[in-house]
Amino acid sequence: MLLFILHLLFLLLPAEPVQEVTLEQFQTRVIQHDNDTLYVVNFWATWCKPCVAELPYFEAAGEKYKSQNVKVLLVSLDFIRDKQKLEKFVVERTIKNEVMLLNAGNPNLWIDKIEPEWGGAIPATILYRKGEKLFFREGEFQQTELDSLIQTKLN
Amino acid sequence: MNRLILLATAFFILVSFKPDGGYKVGDVATDFKLLNVTGSKISLADNKVAQGFIVVFTCNHCPFSVKYEDRINDLNKKYAAKGYPVVAINSNDALQYEEDDFDGMVKRAKEKDFSFPYLYDETQAIARSYGATRTPHVYIVQKEKDDLIVRYIGAIDDNADDVAAVKQKYVENAVDNLLAAKPVSPDFTKAIGCSIKWKK
Repeated sequence: MLLFILHLLFLLLPAEPVQEVTLEQFQTRVIQHDNDTLYVVNFWATWCKPCVAELPYFEAAGEKYKSQNVKVLLVSLDFIRDKQKLEKFVVERTIKNEVMLLNAGNPNLWIDKIEPEWGGAIPATILYRKGEKLFFREGEFQQTELDSLIQTKLN
Repeated sequence: MNRLILLATAFFILVSFKPDGGYKVGDVATDFKLLNVTGSKISLADNKVAQGFIVVFTCNHCPFSVKYEDRINDLNKKYAAKGYPVVAINSNDALQYEEDDFDGMVKRAKEKDFSFPYLYDETQAIARSYGATRTPHVYIVQKEKDDLIVRYIGAIDDNADDVAAVKQKYVENAVDNLLAAKPVSPDFTKAIGCSIKWKK
């Protein structure tokens, strides 16, 4: 009985709000050749004001298109030592999209592996499907702009 | 004739306007005349003895810039006497971040005891010509006759968060190479940073 209750409690506990990933883990995740999911990947950080300002648009898109094979991934570039701060942010703002914390070491070595055109400023957004990069932008989005971008990539 | 002038003007505007290209290593960089936190205007040409400059686009609010303030100060202390002083420039739109206005710069320079000029690029023209996109973003320029040649573009080092964990000091390495008359390698690096806030 006790075990059953413990098991039940465990199931009710929320999953870890933020998963820490390496560059390889991130890439394996978005470069999946065998499914049709459209990955909308947003690079952001809690310290980045324009990033935080556009988060609601990505939340809205994640909700609106969840039944249409769209997966919004929020990849945080917060400092690793600030993981708890990030988790608190995610819980308090009830962020529904999956949040990853990228732990990839020297940015000069990994930025180009993700996108050669990217200088490193955030926010930045990339769309992938079947391992192919469909879109890249270093800069912010307006809500309607993000919505119509996803629409065009779905059609 | 008028039409020819019009065409020539249009061509001139086209070639002189680089929307987001900016400089590459080897390009000739422009000098500027910008307001320093001390209240006077400064140009690179004012410094006759320097062999070049470590031009750092930075600002007050960005956590990455803040992380690097002491390191930028140390760079100037180490390299000004050797001929490569630091010149810092804030190009952010103060309407988006109030603390990035000129008063904020004066305050920060005092608090952190900046040993280098901290200039206000209010029109953002210099950040646009250089092609700076984030803070901090470094351009090392070397004097060659009357020109300033870009020799390095990129990050200060490879670890913004933890100075004790830095393995590659990119800017120091570049200046050391220049001082030893060696080619700069690497001459281009990337880093995560805050985007420069352009006027809307």
